[in-house]
Amino acid sequence: MQNLIDIFVKSIFIENMIFAYFLGMCSYLAISKTVKTASGLGIAVIFVLGITVPIDYLLEKYLLKAGALSWLSPGLGDVDLSFLSFMVFIAVIASMTQLVEMIVEKFSPSLYNSLGIFLPLIAVNCAILGGSLFMQEREYNTLAEASVFGIGSGIGWYLAIVSIAAIREKLRYSNIPAPLKGLGISFIITGLMAIAFMSFMGIKLG
Amino acid sequence: MSEKEPLLSKKNLKLVKDPLNENNPITVQVLGICSALAVTVKMKPAFVMAISVMVVLAASNVIYSLVRNHIPPRIRIIVQLTIIATMVILVDEILKAYVYEVSKQLSVFVGLIITNCILMGRLEAFANANKPWPSFMDALGNGAGYGIILIVVSFFRELFGSGTIWGYPIMEKIGLYNTGYVDNGFMTLPPMALILVGLIIWIQRSRFRNLIETR
Repeated sequence: MQNLIDIFVKSIFIENMIFAYFLGMCSYLAISKTVKTASGLGIAVIFVLGITVPIDYLLEKYLLKAGALSWLSPGLGDVDLSFLSFMVFIAVIASMTQLVEMIVEKFSPSLYNSLGIFLPLIAVNCAILGGSLFMQEREYNTLAEASVFGIGSGIGWYLAIVSIAAIREKLRYSNIPAPLKGLGISFIITGLMAIAFMSFMGIKLG
Repeated sequence: MSEKEPLLSKKNLKLVKDPLNENNPITVQVLGICSALAVTVKMKPAFVMAISVMVVLAASNVIYSLVRNHIPPRIRIIVQLTIIATMVILVDEILKAYVYEVSKQLSVFVGLIITNCILMGRLEAFANANKPWPSFMDALGNGAGYGIILIVVSFFRELFGSGTIWGYPIMEKIGLYNTGYVDNGFMTLPPMALILVGLIIWIQRSRFRNLIETR
């Protein structure tokens, strides 16, 4: 349990998807003009990350890893399909976003309307694929660890996009040098926020 | 476009030149930022990353442009992702085989070329509606425009962060350390990449006023 809380806190603050690894920057910069849309996209990301990371974990464990197929028959023990992982992960992500979109549309039309176009966009959000690839690289041991990591990363991403959207709403009324307006200042603010987030690095866990 | 148009016509050259500056994928189109920032601590990985993206982009742009008329629009996203993923797997295996050290440093970011928005962006915006050769030129231009930003950012980060250029200890050789100069370790940390790109955008937009956002 302690371990799970560690991973949760770590993935939200210390290894924040945006401030430490710059994952999902494209949609982060493009869709952070107002808090409302930003939080819609953020929730969708939490949703999809929380679903795809555990699924990819299972696929990785029982299909792709070296020797993973040995549960089928001992003869397949030395088959290594890990070179296929990109393909499998991206397929899972694309189909999951589609599935999530359909489920949300059916059971919660109000949420569907508020998420709108963001759900399909998520398929090409680097944060989602990044979550699966980090899960693979860091070799989490149990399904619970992988799911907690997925949800935690999603929440970290949500925090980041909502906070920059709030700042950008205020910035509209400030006097910024013309060439720096829009994209330039957003980059610099994200940099400053990342510096602030670095202070979490000192936290000792476990 | 007529069949007789020469391969290096003005129009095609413009496709290569524009993304280098006025239509740069990173600073103007805002595509492919994720990987651009994460791999720029040292010049060497940045260079390898730039080449990889260029190869993947050129190959998938040409392939998609060849098959574009046979793909029903409804499933085109899946087809694009499959083409890109295949190319990325190839590049990843080649990197692992020949430059293992660099491939370790790049870690997940080679895989993330798949979701690099430059690829989807260019496939959707250009290869979807153009013939293979212009698509190839467009890919070269955008790949190079991406590469230039990567190299510039990594040059400053490596020079001021670790005092080296391409692994060569330049600051030590010119004897700067004896005068009390200390490397700025801050440059090697993630936030500085963001601030550097912000500054590059500032400089570029002060030179090309038409790029300034009006809102």
